[in-house]
Order: sequence, then C-alpha cells, then structure tokens
Amino acid sequence: MDKISVKVCVGTTCFVMGGASLQELNDIIPKKYGDKVEIAASNCLGLCSINWEYSKAPYVKVNEEVVANATTEKVLEEIDRQLGI
Amino acid sequence: MNNNAGQAIRLKKEILVRIIKAFLSEDFKEQTRLIPYDMRPKGMEVPYRCCIYKERAIIKDRTIAGLGFAIEEDNETTLLSTYAQKALERTEISNKNLTVLQAACKGCNTNRIYVTDLCQGCVARPCESSCKFGAISIVNGRSVIDDSKCKKCQMCVNACPYNAIVKITVPCEEACPVGAIKKDETGFASIDHEKCINCGRCTAACPFGAVHEKSQIIDILKEIKSDKKVIAMIAPSIAGQFPGNIYQLKTAIMKAGFDDVYEVAQGADITANNEAKEFIERMEGDQKFMTTSCCAGYNQLIEKHLPQIKPFVSDTKTPLFYTAEIVKQEHPDAVTVFVSPCVAKRAEGFDNPNVDYVMNYEELGALFVAKKIQIMDCEETKYTKEASKQARNFGYTGGVAESVKASLKDEDKIKPCIISGLTKESIKQLKQYATNGECANGCNLVEVMCCEGGCIGGNATINSVRTAKKQIDNFTANSENIPKIE
Ligand code: FES
Repeated sequence: MDKISVKVCVGTTCFVMGGASLQELNDIIPKKYGDKVEIAASNCLGLCSINWEYSKAPYVKVNEEVVANATTEKVLEEIDRQLGI
Repeated sequence: MNNNAGQAIRLKKEILVRIIKAFLSEDFKEQTRLIPYDMRPKGMEVPYRCCIYKERAIIKDRTIAGLGFAIEEDNETTLLSTYAQKALERTEISNKNLTVLQAACKGCNTNRIYVTDLCQGCVARPCESSCKFGAISIVNGRSVIDDSKCKKCQMCVNACPYNAIVKITVPCEEACPVGAIKKDETGFASIDHEKCINCGRCTAACPFGAVHEKSQIIDILKEIKSDKKVIAMIAPSIAGQFPGNIYQLKTAIMKAGFDDVYEVAQGADITANNEAKEFIERMEGDQKFMTTSCCAGYNQLIEKHLPQIKPFVSDTKTPLFYTAEIVKQEHPDAVTVFVSPCVAKRAEGFDNPNVDYVMNYEELGALFVAKKIQIMDCEETKYTKEASKQARNFGYTGGVAESVKASLKDEDKIKPCIISGLTKESIKQLKQYATNGECANGCNLVEVMCCEGGCIGGNATINSVRTAKKQIDNFTANSENIPKIE
C-alpha cells in the first residue's frame, strides 16, 4: 500500500483560524504511524478563498480527502479510516 | 486549551473577520447587522447552545465587543447597525479593556464547596471534625454544608476518604490573580476595573469564551481609510505567531493598509541596555535585587496591588515606550498602532500619548483573512533598523533577563530569577521579596512576565507557546548580538 500523505495547510487563513495548533501533528504522526504516513506543511491549499469558506478553516488534506475545521483528533480519525484501522 | 475554549476563540476570530469584511463592504451597517444571521442562517443545525436564537444573541454580543463597545452597557434593543454607526462616529477609545458577555456567562455555578451523592454518611465523620468553622453538620445521615459559615478552606475536601466533597470553581474567578472578577448576585461575572490589571487570564480561562477584549479594529480601519499615515509597531513575540518571517510579515502588514512597520525589538535593545546600566548602579548602591519593568500586566499589578515592591523595580521604560517615541519623532504626523500579544498592553498604550491604538494578534490575523493576504506569498521588506537577537527574544520567558545579562561585559554579575506567570502564588513570592529586601538563593535580577511562557503565552496569541518559541529561535539564530554597555 502507498504511503498516506498528510498535508497540513499553514497558509495564513488556516494558521490564524486554528491551524497553528495542528503543528503538534508533526510529533504525533511519526510516533503513531512510523513510515506509513508522511506529513508535510503546505502553503495555502486554495480552499479558504472560495466564498466564505475561510469559516471552515483550518484545512488538512489526507491523500485526496479534505478535512475541514480540522483538529488533531479529526485528522487522526481520517488517517485511521484510510488505513482501515 | 480545551476544545470548547478553542471553538470559542475561533468564533471570536470569525466574528472579527466578518466585522472587518463588513467595514470594507459597500454597506458597513447592514452587513454588520446581518452577522448573526449569516453565521446562523435559518434552518441551520445549532452547534453549541439550546436554540438558534440564543446562538444569534451571543454572536450579537460578541460583535458588540468586536465593534469596541462594552456588552454590559447594551440594552438589548439597540441594533448592531446602530452600533456600527456609533463605532464610525466614535472619536475616543476607553480604558476599560475587557467586557463580559452575560448571555454566555450564565453557564457556571458559583464558587463553593459541595457534598456529592458519594457521601456515605460514615460514622467517623472526618469532614465534620476537620471543619474549623462549624460549617458541616450531618442531616439525615448525610453531610451538609452551611454556605454562610463555609470559608472554602477545603479541609473537608481533603479529609473525606470517599472523595465525596468537591470544590466547585468558577474558572474566571479561579484564574484571576487579584480578585478582580466575581460572579455577583445576578449570577453573572463582572469585572472590577479598579482592581483589574488586564492580565487577560479570565479571557483564556472561561470555557464559554465569555470575556472579551474590546477591539479598536474599527478605529484603526477608519484611520487607514482616511489619508493619514498609519504605522504599525510589532511586538517581538510576533515572530512566532504567523507563517513566514517578519520581513514577509512587514510586507503583509503594509498590504493590509499600513504605511510602515517598526520592530518593537528595536526599543527592547534600548530597554535592555538601560536596565543593565541601572542594574549596575543599584547593585553598587545598597540594593540586593532589581526587577524588570517591561511587562504591562506586572506594571499594573505594582500600581494597584503591590506598591511595596516599587523601590526594587527598574525605572527603565518598556520597549514599546522607546519605539513609539522614535516613531513619533521620525513621523510626527503619523498614527501609531501597537500590535500586541495581550490585553495588558492596551492599558499601557492608553496611558502613552505616543501610542494611538492597540491591535492584538488575533485582530491582525483576522485582517489578513478578511483581505485574503497570504504572508508566505509576500516578498521580504527590510526594517530601517534591525534589532539584536536578544531583543528579538524578549517575548519569551528568560529572554529579558538574558538580554540584560548579555548587555554587560561581566555577565556573571547577574543571577537571574524568573517569574513566568503572575498567579496568586507568584504574587505572594514577590511580596516576600519586597518585605525581605532580597530574593531567594542570592538572585539579584528578577524577570517578571505576567503570562506563562512570557509574551508568547499572551491571551491574544495564535500559536502555542512551544511552537512559537521554536519559530522565534529559528529566526533569531542568525541575528546580531546586543551591544555591550560601557
Ligand atoms: S490558507 Fe489554508 S486553504 Fe488557504
């Protein structure tokens, strides 16, 4: 199975609306999943500028799946779901 | 931070974004009036409260604070559009910086000691015998507390072998180090502004997010819209608060409408050098220790509650003081805005004629969001004067003491003692130092920061203390060292 790629948006909108605290994923993910999951920070994913969509920031992408209003728990849940745990 | 508080903070920020967008729109008043309806449209599932009407009422209150008014003074019949108009007409700001949202506050019980159902009605009755005030009696085989006698000492809480007695706390009251916020008879929390040192702890402690800063964002946007020159002065701790570096941040702030940006770290260099000189003089005199004086919350604590420590407090001014002085000298016609991590600096700004407005990090963030400014896409713009590494580290605990130390040729003269966070306990400790005329373990420089972790722990910060510190360290690793004093 391919690695799961997690992209945490650290664009300004996401960072301001709560994404700053998602940086803890950088520590949690390697510990929890080893090399099954790859995590990277990403500049604006382009999701926040559509209409009032900033109100659902911060965004995280787990492969192609978009997690809106992202929290650490939500992102981990989505990873688990895709890994089939 | 718990999830609920996280959501409340998010809500505050979303409302700020909407207020700013409304201001930038064709019809500020109408767009402001619609904020509660846009955020909770008809038919929407209600996320937190009992019903959509209550949610809208709370959003309305939060909007009032965002427009810069006291929620306590709202009569409920005034429309948000009227408030928007009043904000446009306002020419003065007030120094009561915090306001409590009553509709959100009702949620908590008053502070008291409470016997739960776990009480076994035991024979030994350690609760009864532990109480020095005769507040506990046994009624129908159960322990009962007479609230009129109870002094909340918690002896019974500790005595009960079943852990049946608990202390019910009001988070804001618990958090306030000076007893300035209380639930009154009506059941609502209210702030005693005479006692309040603007530390902002209550804003962070309330799980309902009921305590708000009164924003000056509309006043600032008005100045920007007029043709005046508006200059931002950014606190050192900001280097850990946004994506990108502070050079990109400067460009972003200018894109948001400001004419120039100064690093307050520039003033921190002056503060550190002056404090170092003063330290030497004081130690050569007959004093055994000196405390720093750059934290606005601490300065208000001294003023209002701890005058006895004054003789030991450095007379040196804050980094903001020096920076604002320089800016006004270089641009006498400019409007100055301090960009701040905390509410305490609002009070300092209010008292300083060289500081016209204060805008916190959440508000600056909201401005970027509303204007769709991506900091990482911005070019870098240099500052006219680069600050030193030590000055740029002023915003985290230990940074100020370190900068004073690094200003001396003989750094070993300083034995620092760090107070990271003003709590009831640390205030006691400071009192002790003042009474004794010396501090513990031969320390001679006491760095006092009102917030845990320093300014990066301020109530209006965006990033967590840990990641903010990392970000600042990465950035300052390549900055120059502070010059030594003669
Ligand atoms: S900043 Fe995250 S999607 Fe734009």
